[in-house]
Amino acid sequence: MKFQIEDVTVYFPYDHIYPEQYSYMLDLKRALDAKGHCLLEMPTGTGKTIALLSLITSYVLSKPNSPLKLIYCTRTVHEMEKTLAELRQLHDYQVKCLGGGARILALGLSSRKNLCVNPRVLVSESRDSVDAGCRKLTASWVRALAAENPSVPTCEFFEQYERAESAAVLPPGVYTLQDLRAFGKEKGWCPYFLARHMVQFANVVVYSYQYLLDPKVAGIISKEMQKESVVVFDEAHNIDNVCIEALSVSVRRQTIEGARRNLHRMSQEIDKFKATDAGRLRAEYNRLVEGLALRGDLPATDAWLANPALPDDILKEAVPGNIRKAEHFVHVLRRLVQYFEGRLETEELQTEGLVSFVTSILNHAGIDKKTLKFCYDRLHSLMMTLEITDTDEFLHIQTICDLATLVGTYARGFNIIIEPFDERMPHIPDPVLQLSCNDASLAIRPVFERFQSVVITSGTLSPIDLYPRLLNFNPVVSRSFKMSLTRDCICPMVLSRGSDQLPISTKFDMRSDLGVVRNYGRLLLEMASVVPDGIVCFFVSYSYMDGIVNSWNENGILKDIMQHKLVFIETQDVVETTLALDNYRKACDCGRGAIFFSVARGKVAEGIDFDRHYGRLVIMFGVPFQYTLSRILLARLDYLKETFQIDASEFLTFDALRQAAQCVGRVIRSKADYGMMIFADKRYSRHDKRSKLPGWILSHLHDAHLNLSTDMALHIAREFLRKMAQPYDKTGGLGRKTLLSQEDLEKMTEGGMNDMLY
Amino acid sequence: MSSSSAQVVKRAKYKTTVKDPGTPGVLKLTEEKFVFRPNDPTSNNKLEVEFKLIKSHKHTKEGSNKPPWLNLTHSQGSYIFELESFSDLHVCRELVGIALSKHGEATKVVSEEQLSPAEMALRIKLLQEDSKLQKLHKELVASGKLTEAEFWATKKKLLDRDESRKLKQRIGFKNSLIFDTKPTSDGRINQVKFQLTPEIKYQIFALKPAVHRAFLNFVPSKMNEVEFWNKYFKAEYLHSTKNTVAAAAEAAEDEDLAVFLKDDEILEVEARKKVRRVDPTLDMEADQGDDYMHLPDHGIFRDGSKEVSEAQHTLYRRTLLQDLNRQGEVVLEGKTLDMETEPPRTVAEILARRKQELDRVVEEERRNRIFKMTQIEDLQAQDDHHFAPLCIKDPRDYFDSQQANAVKTLDDSQAGIEKIRCNLSSEEAYGSLSASISSIKATGLRDPLFSNEVAFKVLNGLTKHISSTKYHLGKNSQDSVLDILPNTTKEKLLDHWVCSQELLRHFWSSYPITTQTLASKTKRLKDAMSQVYSKLEEIKVSAQSDLRHQVSLVVHPMQQALDAALLHYDADVKKRNAKGQKPNGYV
Repeated sequence: MKFQIEDVTVYFPYDHIYPEQYSYMLDLKRALDAKGHCLLEMPTGTGKTIALLSLITSYVLSKPNSPLKLIYCTRTVHEMEKTLAELRQLHDYQVKCLGGGARILALGLSSRKNLCVNPRVLVSESRDSVDAGCRKLTASWVRALAAENPSVPTCEFFEQYERAESAAVLPPGVYTLQDLRAFGKEKGWCPYFLARHMVQFANVVVYSYQYLLDPKVAGIISKEMQKESVVVFDEAHNIDNVCIEALSVSVRRQTIEGARRNLHRMSQEIDKFKATDAGRLRAEYNRLVEGLALRGDLPATDAWLANPALPDDILKEAVPGNIRKAEHFVHVLRRLVQYFEGRLETEELQTEGLVSFVTSILNHAGIDKKTLKFCYDRLHSLMMTLEITDTDEFLHIQTICDLATLVGTYARGFNIIIEPFDERMPHIPDPVLQLSCNDASLAIRPVFERFQSVVITSGTLSPIDLYPRLLNFNPVVSRSFKMSLTRDCICPMVLSRGSDQLPISTKFDMRSDLGVVRNYGRLLLEMASVVPDGIVCFFVSYSYMDGIVNSWNENGILKDIMQHKLVFIETQDVVETTLALDNYRKACDCGRGAIFFSVARGKVAEGIDFDRHYGRLVIMFGVPFQYTLSRILLARLDYLKETFQIDASEFLTFDALRQAAQCVGRVIRSKADYGMMIFADKRYSRHDKRSKLPGWILSHLHDAHLNLSTDMALHIAREFLRKMAQPYDKTGGLGRKTLLSQEDLEKMTEGGMNDMLY
Repeated sequence: MSSSSAQVVKRAKYKTTVKDPGTPGVLKLTEEKFVFRPNDPTSNNKLEVEFKLIKSHKHTKEGSNKPPWLNLTHSQGSYIFELESFSDLHVCRELVGIALSKHGEATKVVSEEQLSPAEMALRIKLLQEDSKLQKLHKELVASGKLTEAEFWATKKKLLDRDESRKLKQRIGFKNSLIFDTKPTSDGRINQVKFQLTPEIKYQIFALKPAVHRAFLNFVPSKMNEVEFWNKYFKAEYLHSTKNTVAAAAEAAEDEDLAVFLKDDEILEVEARKKVRRVDPTLDMEADQGDDYMHLPDHGIFRDGSKEVSEAQHTLYRRTLLQDLNRQGEVVLEGKTLDMETEPPRTVAEILARRKQELDRVVEEERRNRIFKMTQIEDLQAQDDHHFAPLCIKDPRDYFDSQQANAVKTLDDSQAGIEKIRCNLSSEEAYGSLSASISSIKATGLRDPLFSNEVAFKVLNGLTKHISSTKYHLGKNSQDSVLDILPNTTKEKLLDHWVCSQELLRHFWSSYPITTQTLASKTKRLKDAMSQVYSKLEEIKVSAQSDLRHQVSLVVHPMQQALDAALLHYDADVKKRNAKGQKPNGYV
């Protein structure tokens, strides 16, 4: 259908639209008009992604002169694939309506590991070794060598791509990673470099958060993006944690040892070069005198993960004199590693601010702040000069330099925490020096400054006023949408008692209680016998899940459960988890029915949908609080209290409840879908916890469902499932319309807008 | 038959299987059938088979080292005859060829739809076996009331019963594989017991390909089967103690044992292969490949969400969770092939071929799946479905609505008997009431209220109707009304009963009418039913006067059923001809 939002004709690939999608588009459009940032919360299962995509692409179509570009950030590769699939559907529709003029170029971008088609490189398993394998074949000096000596191996895909020069372009269309690989294979061009190149010309780029947020990656991938871009962070409820992780570094004993090995090899190389090719080192020295800006001229294949958060003006400065010479720099690094090693040999826990840490480095190792700041770039310049291709071997020294640069760049918002052992296993010494970032706004600030509009959206952003404070920005639009439901297709329940009427909880003093474990088992068993197709269970942690599954196995509950459904489990091995998920879906597809055990805050909870028959019931066993004894968390809580006046317990509850809401929200895909959500912990019935849930869940949580026991929940489940099996009127009948057709929309705009809307 | 002039008689041996030594005897072939008479008259290997049941024939080649065999395949197996010489075989083969081609043509003419000869043969057999069915078939199909396909559509069960011998469904694995192979201990003496049956062995092989491979490698060349299983269960026991250090130590000592303790390499390789084909919308491995945030030593190392585990001996640590995932996978795949009976090479070939086909299909399937996943279903325009949506309502609603109907029919039945005046005014009612009260006041109530005789008469009168037939028939409850009817009437009635039941079944099963064919079918059925109805009426009228009541009693329910159908048909036609919005599902 197509309709008008103010001056923009929106092309929407379906025949109907939800009213909340319409208002979402309206607000988004106003934010784009105002060229400002916005924060939009809309429940899962209301088609956020397609609403967003169709508004922004239509907005660009209606203003042919604007160079607006869409940068769509997802958290995971599989979400990227989903987004691109939706975009393709939209694109097909727009081309059908408007003809070839509506053609755009949209592509997903990922690492070499996911895009490489060279079988020789792909043999290696890890991402870093694929990166290194690629560099071994494509680095500029390797290719120069190969030009003289044909026996030096190169990558035929990259060579053909280079030979094609300006002819190597992607025709307009929507490309998923799979499509890019297929295209590359067909043409014989390297898909990775082709995609990297085409990013500048694409109208829509879909990639992972870190390509914008993590300064190491952002520097090379995203530096060409123009200011007139709309940046979208989808599923952004965890964005503060991502920002924090992007700027945190840790050093362990292994790191120190590895760095020592790296440094040893580098000095060997330097000696070798001194003997054979001293001119090269001198050329580097001269380049460094002129400043680092030259780095921008390096060929694409040599480009590195860039400097973490180096402000632009620093690039124009020259590298301090004491590290311009290669051997001097290696000495500086030696001293730094030595210093870190000394700090690791502590018996007790230490927490330190950055200022005193830098002073201490100056006093003990004699390295000043400015030198520290340049470590990262100086290292890469050196590695380039030394023609090192097996970069995966040099990760340790890179870590040290990362840390040094961060320490040299920032003065506040960070903590140094040195822990001699893990608190849960005090008998095993495993010292860690952790540079932990406490301020989420540091990593995202460049994004807000650089781009015209940044859209932060998710199904759970409650309370919505907290995010602008955490990320330190001023949204022009900040709204939370409700869900207009045709029927009560979600059924949240709080289960506070087991079948024996005793309270259940994962509170620390209760979680290992056998009665609680048994009650949880009974709950799942009873539900498995009633609910058709798929059931998803979330536990608070891996260790808790492991423990509870083992005890269910011992007391026979697991065997009973498995008479009803197959059981699949998320483990810490991604390959196994992926296959388990695949099998889970197969089991639901064929009607056998299955249960999936997963972990809140785990990889599955982050982005896998359990919509339709893949999830008719989610059980959240316990409240997924963070590990509150963690020093890093405590440091962050202190910082939040100091800087934003956010209360610690308030923040912890908020964080736990957004995780829980995120877990249970995965069951709904559209209004035709339905699912139940059980919060199995007595703490959910308390008002201070419950009220942190997003509005669209709360509005369906009846008072009668707040304090249930297993048998009552079972009864409600039966009733609910029978109710949902009835046919119903999808448009919402006579009362409030929950599904709008083109006609309805036209009538609405004529009628001078919209008491129908939210 | 005229064509039966061609006839061949040869000496032959009849073999039930290839390995069977065979029963010597005489084989007589005509174009219609073949007959085998064994020399030993007591043998029960006599055969008389019509050629229309034979699907195809095979024979051994002259010059091959096999004796002259003629193999006639039918739907469930084959008849093998060993002839005395190849010249005999040629003669027989020629005749069989002629006979088969003739029957092939013949069946083709009869069947309107594309029916396999086997299916046709099965139908014919069913009709021959069951004379009633044959009669019904003649009545309904021959007269054009139902088509052949329609007739057999309701007889699926009969057809399936024979099909089921082929065993389309195979029993899968139980979802408790891993529990079956766990040790049991009685707790008193210091030993554990493992149960082992062929079934469990098979399950273990399915769950753990490495064990299967080890079994093939070790047994019997290196150790015997008992030793093998002892070793295996020793390893299992070590696992169940969860003592990875002990497991590692044992494995270091005994390399055979290590095979069981280590992770399954075959599974790992397979997993890698599978993960490449997995649906990209849940591919978390790709995700890890894109994650520059979690470089080693980047991000937050010890925030409590990551788990602490002893890094050593992970090789020997197999968790329950992994076992559960593996079991789910195996159960889902089901028993693919019967490993025991098939030679291993063919199994491998079949698996390889299947894999190739899979690769091609998988890509396509993946695309479709993603497309389906991205669609938001209810935003799409309604599909024009050729079926009415299933509507499972609260059963009470149904019975409430039926009650109204029941009351209505009750009224209808009474209407004929007696017209009740029910338009009494309140004055009249009050008047009559007061009159009777005053009369009671005047005369007083009698004691007893009714005389015995009156009560008995009323009771008799009321119950007589119910049990009158029994009353008339005497005391034997086994007797039925039908037995007192003359045989011809009885036969006719029974025929009509069967026929009308069949028609009714077809009639009701074609509602709701969603296609044109169904509409025309109901029309045809309606005509046929009204015919039956009038015939029943005839029988009722023509019955002798003393039996008329009984006949009408018998006929009444049949007519009622037909009535209901006819009424429904009329109502439905009216509804569909009516203008305005049509209820869902109607054409």
